[in-house]
Amino acid sequence: MTSPTRETTKGGVGDSPLRPDGTLKVRGEFAYSSDLWHEDMLWGATLRSPHPYARIRSVDIGEALKVPGVYAVLTHNDVPGTNLYGLEHPDQPVLAVDVVRYHGESIALVAADHPETARRAIKKIKVDYEVLTPITDAEAAVGPDAPALHNGGNVVRKVHIERGDQHATADVVVSGVYEVGMQDQAFLGPESGLAIPAEDGGVDLYVATQWLHVDQKQICFALDLPTDKVRLTLAGVGGAFGGREDLSIQVHACLLALHTGKPVKMVYNREESFYGHVHRHPAKLYYEHGADRDGTLRYVRCRIYLDGGAYASSTPAVVANAATLGIGPYNVDNVTVDCWGAYTNNPPCGAMRGFGAVQAGFAYESQMDKLAAALGIDPVDVRVRNAMSEGSVMPTGQVVDSAAPVEELLRLVKERPLPPATDGPLDLTAMPGGVSNTTHGEGVVRGVGYAVGIKNICFSEGFDDYSTARLRLQVINGEPAAVIHTAAAEVGQGLVTIQQQIVRTELGIDQVTVHPADTTVGNGGSTSASRQTYVTGGAVKAVCEAVREKLLKLAVARFGEPRSELSAPDVVAVLGDDVIEETVEWRHRPTTALDPDTGQGFAHVQYGFAAHRAVVDVDVDLGLVKVVELACAQDVGKAMNPQAVLGQIHGGSTQGLGLAVMEEIQVSGGKVRNPSFTDYLIPTVLDTPPMPVDVLELADPHAPYGLRGVGEPPTISSTPAVVAAIRAATGLALTRVPVRPEHLTDTQSPSA
Amino acid sequence: MRLNVTVNGEARQADDVWEGESLLYVLRERLGLPGSKNACEQGECGSCTVYLDGTPVCSCLVAAGQAEGCEVRTVEGLAEGDQLDRVQQSFVDAGAVQCGFCTPGLVVAAHDLLKRVPNPSDPEIREALAGNLCRCTGYEKILDAVRLAATR
Repeated sequence: MTSPTRETTKGGVGDSPLRPDGTLKVRGEFAYSSDLWHEDMLWGATLRSPHPYARIRSVDIGEALKVPGVYAVLTHNDVPGTNLYGLEHPDQPVLAVDVVRYHGESIALVAADHPETARRAIKKIKVDYEVLTPITDAEAAVGPDAPALHNGGNVVRKVHIERGDQHATADVVVSGVYEVGMQDQAFLGPESGLAIPAEDGGVDLYVATQWLHVDQKQICFALDLPTDKVRLTLAGVGGAFGGREDLSIQVHACLLALHTGKPVKMVYNREESFYGHVHRHPAKLYYEHGADRDGTLRYVRCRIYLDGGAYASSTPAVVANAATLGIGPYNVDNVTVDCWGAYTNNPPCGAMRGFGAVQAGFAYESQMDKLAAALGIDPVDVRVRNAMSEGSVMPTGQVVDSAAPVEELLRLVKERPLPPATDGPLDLTAMPGGVSNTTHGEGVVRGVGYAVGIKNICFSEGFDDYSTARLRLQVINGEPAAVIHTAAAEVGQGLVTIQQQIVRTELGIDQVTVHPADTTVGNGGSTSASRQTYVTGGAVKAVCEAVREKLLKLAVARFGEPRSELSAPDVVAVLGDDVIEETVEWRHRPTTALDPDTGQGFAHVQYGFAAHRAVVDVDVDLGLVKVVELACAQDVGKAMNPQAVLGQIHGGSTQGLGLAVMEEIQVSGGKVRNPSFTDYLIPTVLDTPPMPVDVLELADPHAPYGLRGVGEPPTISSTPAVVAAIRAATGLALTRVPVRPEHLTDTQSPSA
Repeated sequence: MRLNVTVNGEARQADDVWEGESLLYVLRERLGLPGSKNACEQGECGSCTVYLDGTPVCSCLVAAGQAEGCEVRTVEGLAEGDQLDRVQQSFVDAGAVQCGFCTPGLVVAAHDLLKRVPNPSDPEIREALAGNLCRCTGYEKILDAVRLAATR
């Protein structure tokens, strides 16, 4: 049965109703995972390796156990199940056994009656290390001479894609080597949760995560408990951006709770948070573009090395994204891509917004600018000349079968009026360097740059990607009222609002309550890959349709004739004292694996596109950059919640700006040098410019409501646009992000 | 030690406070007021901002003992019953809240700005909020919220 989309439903799809959690959040009454409290609870703490690579000769917990207030000190010997976890390959110990492979790896746990007591006890644990020489270069790690860090070698995954003539030549050839530093998700709510031991021998865990069911599976594996003994409820999540896809405190808190028989709370501080989650893969990318003199691309060849760090996490999927999206949103007949994900002794890397597409995007967009310069063509024109569109063929052979308005997005950002030159009374906050008072305009040069990007939406390569929704409908106080229940994680993006909107639109009822997400309902899949509005939104729509069908059947009995529409009073009359409850699993259309030899396949469900224009002022004497404006155009298929769409585009653009000019985890010799917000800088309101947005709504016929995932595409094109603008201002090649002052001045030669 | 502090107009007492505890810790873990947030605990993110004797401070940087005898007003003390403060309501209306972890600190910072400067310019808003990090919104809707609150 088809259900009509009622565009006009108040608070329904296409409207921007207030968030159901907004009032609690502004009052300070929303319960985040770090706010939880339980009578008689203990605090957990983690001992982490100070070395990137070392053998553990012994661990002595004796002194730690003697600290008054300490209830437990646990090591790998106390892990009852399999001492391994991992999103795609379980290769990471819950607690290290005889080797540590990265700076910050977990070795032991303490539970105590005060967090400071726990921290002090941690310091009393004596570990005897034999320090080893770390492998810190991803390209070298997958080479023939590197010692293996894991059984099976250092290649987590290699993807090869070939399409067309592998020996194509061209009139004009540009090549470049690019580097992307290690970015951090830097969500504000630290990793945290509360584990409560239960009388049945199981445990109840309240935690901030992106995917309850995959956490549950890994916890059960490590604790050797069946799923019905490990029950998870989503606590309030203070941002995620990929950084909560892997486990942090989950198994550790449960271990401590089961061992002590007491509730255990764990909360990382900011320094520990930098050690406690995976980061964006640093990358080195070698590109060669061949084109005709008019700018038409003949071929692209590239080699991409992604540093996965010590454990696999989601590296295999990141490799696939970087490879399949490696040439960007362009038509190219002849393509060769080789992409590696490597094990090293650097911090583990995995999911972060943009996920492989960000790294490739910086390289291929830098190449497009280089090509434009080599040909003397406008950078936007060379992109438009090669822009893919609906019906284009990806390097994987996949035909793009919905809107791909690359040219239109570029034109939208280009045609927008430029911000005025800085004039009038001097406002230091508008200058590079800001109130540091480093310039009053002297030495400041303006530049404008463009970029466009492509991102896959939803899980790919044949993954069984689904979500589950349960809807309960009954009459309360004379009104129909629905409770919608999924296990999908609200991490700030507004999925709870979207769920309400869909139910209102599909069932025409106002009162919709979102049940807390937990594992008493089926898998909701991950809040990642820009997929929740698509997949959980699809499941909510589907369960509404099932409920409607039931209602219409009941209506025949009640009214003696079939009805096609039911008003709220009709629903009340039909339901009476009855309750309708339905649960539906919903899947998007299937994808296929990549051919292992050629990389061909229908690998992705949907593609998302965004374009940016960046305007920057650069103090060329000091190398300081002020981004003046960052305009974006994006196709969202259907703006399910226009206000939330803008919020996603603004937030994603800003994270891309951060990667362009400030954000990098500094790792040297495998050691993290800046694990704090003092030394790892994310954009403040003064670093972030006005961000005008054009939203296109070109429906994807394969997706619920025609929607297209929104969260990630703006993160792809933002970074290269900002760097292109800095290049335009300075004339420098700038092959590495983040761009630092020393790259822009004579104090250190840029890598060009 | 025992700490005596007036919080949101109410005299409160906390016992067995360890000298190393911050005001933030006491508020969150001893006085049942977790609204002030613990994002960095080193004074960089502003999410723990509270009024201390009328001045906005990062409560993570205030030793609990320093608050002895002081008046503290937290985000939980801004609304009048069910009636949100205009800054709070504007954050909800403008879409300035996503994950919301920065929100309590930003609400207090914006509340303080509008007390001092009833009609702030954009540069004034940006400067006043420069000590508060937000990772979700790119600040655009937060600026909208403060502009909206100034009209209310």
